[in-house]
Amino acid sequence: MFDVNDEQIIVMEAGTAGREYWRDLWRYRGLFYFLAWRDIAVRYKQTLIGVAWSLVRPLATMIVFTLVFGAVAKLPSHGAPYAVFVFAALLPWQFFSSALQEGSNSLINNSNMISKVYFPRLVVPVSAVIVSLVDFMIAFALLLVFLWWYHVVPDWRILTLPAFVLLVLGIAVGAGLWFSALNVEYRDFRYIVPFVVQLGLFVSPVGFSSAIVPQPWQLLYALNPMVGVIDGFRWAIIPGQPISWLAVMFSAALAVGLFTSGIWYFRKMERHFADVI
Amino acid sequence: MSIAISIENLSKKYILRHETRERFTTLRDVLVNRTRAAGRSLMGYIKGAGRTTGSPGFEEFWALKDINFEIRKGERIGIIGRNGAGKSTLLKVLSRIVEPTTGRVTVRGRMASLLEVGTGFHPELTGKENIFLNASILGMSNVEVRAKFDEIVSFADVEKFLDTPVKRYSSGMYVRLAFAVAAHLEPDILVVDEVLAVGDAQFQKKCLGKMEEASSKGRTVIFVSHNMSMITSLCEKAILLDGGRISKAGKAADVVLDYYGNGGPASAEVDFTMIGKKIGDDYAILLGGYLRNTNGRRTTEFDLREPVVVGMRYKILRRRQFDHVFPYPCVYIFAPDGVCAFYSSPLNSQMSDFAPGEYVVECEIPGNMLNSGTYFAGLGFSDIQHGVDTHFFETNALCFHVVEPLDNTSLLYELRNGYSGVIPGAVRPRLAWSVRRDPG
Repeated sequence: MFDVNDEQIIVMEAGTAGREYWRDLWRYRGLFYFLAWRDIAVRYKQTLIGVAWSLVRPLATMIVFTLVFGAVAKLPSHGAPYAVFVFAALLPWQFFSSALQEGSNSLINNSNMISKVYFPRLVVPVSAVIVSLVDFMIAFALLLVFLWWYHVVPDWRILTLPAFVLLVLGIAVGAGLWFSALNVEYRDFRYIVPFVVQLGLFVSPVGFSSAIVPQPWQLLYALNPMVGVIDGFRWAIIPGQPISWLAVMFSAALAVGLFTSGIWYFRKMERHFADVI
Repeated sequence: MSIAISIENLSKKYILRHETRERFTTLRDVLVNRTRAAGRSLMGYIKGAGRTTGSPGFEEFWALKDINFEIRKGERIGIIGRNGAGKSTLLKVLSRIVEPTTGRVTVRGRMASLLEVGTGFHPELTGKENIFLNASILGMSNVEVRAKFDEIVSFADVEKFLDTPVKRYSSGMYVRLAFAVAAHLEPDILVVDEVLAVGDAQFQKKCLGKMEEASSKGRTVIFVSHNMSMITSLCEKAILLDGGRISKAGKAADVVLDYYGNGGPASAEVDFTMIGKKIGDDYAILLGGYLRNTNGRRTTEFDLREPVVVGMRYKILRRRQFDHVFPYPCVYIFAPDGVCAFYSSPLNSQMSDFAPGEYVVECEIPGNMLNSGTYFAGLGFSDIQHGVDTHFFETNALCFHVVEPLDNTSLLYELRNGYSGVIPGAVRPRLAWSVRRDPG
């Protein structure tokens, strides 16, 4: 208590709110944990079908896509059972879409906290993404059941899966940071995000293989960061799936770009959050 | 003694939007306005009038202007001022929630601010879970919470309900639990907004005791309140804010006198939408309030014998179903020492219209009801659909003076039996007396 060196000095001036930022972020790691825990607890408490919901959604999408793209349109799946083929792609896609939606609404949902207490605001959207990560893990368990059912045995490539998870995490957090900050500034962004997600499901190779996109368009197609991620998931989980390393590189570059620019933009805007929220 | 907080040339600017009554910016509005502005300046060029400057409908508002003061370690400082004087903004800057526009604040020591009790409480979580969550939001570490857990629970008096979701708590229990967490923070500097205006009298006393204890342990306490008796009893120094500036600083009792003396917070009409303050929740918000006499004139001075009309404007934001009992506005009248003189609300049968929209309600306090002196009016809006749900409550939204002309000797004799001194009491109703000789 009498240790003068231990005393914390905070200087607040226009434009310098961020000086202690990263140290504060570390100090508030407990809050990060509790917010994520709160969202998860509430989600699984509120509805008995909490867990069921995280299973029903990908399952229903998988069945529809398997019927439409596999049975009706008879698109190629490179030898894999179409259901597994779709489900392996749904994993990263559903994670991305729910993380993006949870993340972009997170600041508005916690506006009361933001206008009443100080803490590094970065904690809010990032902890919201964690909830989606839990859903992702539940869906992953379901995937294992499918692999067993269809006798698909992953090979050594499955070991590269964490890298692709990291990739989709980077894209989701980066885009989530952008949208959450924009959502505070311009309230109509909340209508844009569901639209992006809805459209994204069809321009990303979830129900079909990215290999069916004609050669001249492949490069343009790879600009969608989810193309590389989804390809990667299929390649890592199901033996014999093709992968375009170019698309993966694009994804990685976009993930890094989105993530760093997301942090930059969020940090730039967060000083005014409490003024406008 | 060393300095805990020093504030140098602090100013804070807000931009107010007049054109729309929308609370939020949307991208659509921005695009439309930019296009319009571009069109206008283009037309300006064509007409040779040069560029138009500034954008219409926006106005700068200095919530704080050139604030300078220092707070020493262990001091208890009260901040007072009328609505819109900048008290809340000052607290928000001190608490690091908003950034100053210019100037600098230096804080030495660990600070905790309580601008609200129960921030982050989630109705679905149990009492125990909310204690941990709220504590982490207030910056307490997990180890600290565990160490003080039993103390917090017994302070709040909720042992039996620890595993019950707080949505099933009574509002009293909820507030007690929320304050108990906050009261067990052990920061060097404690910043407290009017959170003590909640709970029953006994619990308020407990909270005051906790704050006195904090400062006796050498903590610095900064306290904002409309309750002058709390300010004078708790703080040795006070700062009076007026229009974003410090209009007086010094001994608490002197500053409080000044607050009353210079006509104080008397403004016959307040418009909360104009001072960048949102009072209310997602169901109803308070737009403003006013005081008028029965001739319709806006005033803050009333003759003791004439009625006082308290008006409030509020907006219902969304449609909701109510059966049997409807949401209702209410008025609290407080005497200057913070004692509630009385409470009033309209009859349930008058409240059957609650469609979204703006409403004006008026409450007439009859003449010969209040005592002479200064009164504060608190404006609230609640419903009891699921327990008491307060949508907004602004403690001291309005302030007015009741005066009694004592220069008329015949009245002095007639009404006061010739006594010209202060007549005690929070109210002074003229009651029916009967006087007769008992024939015995």
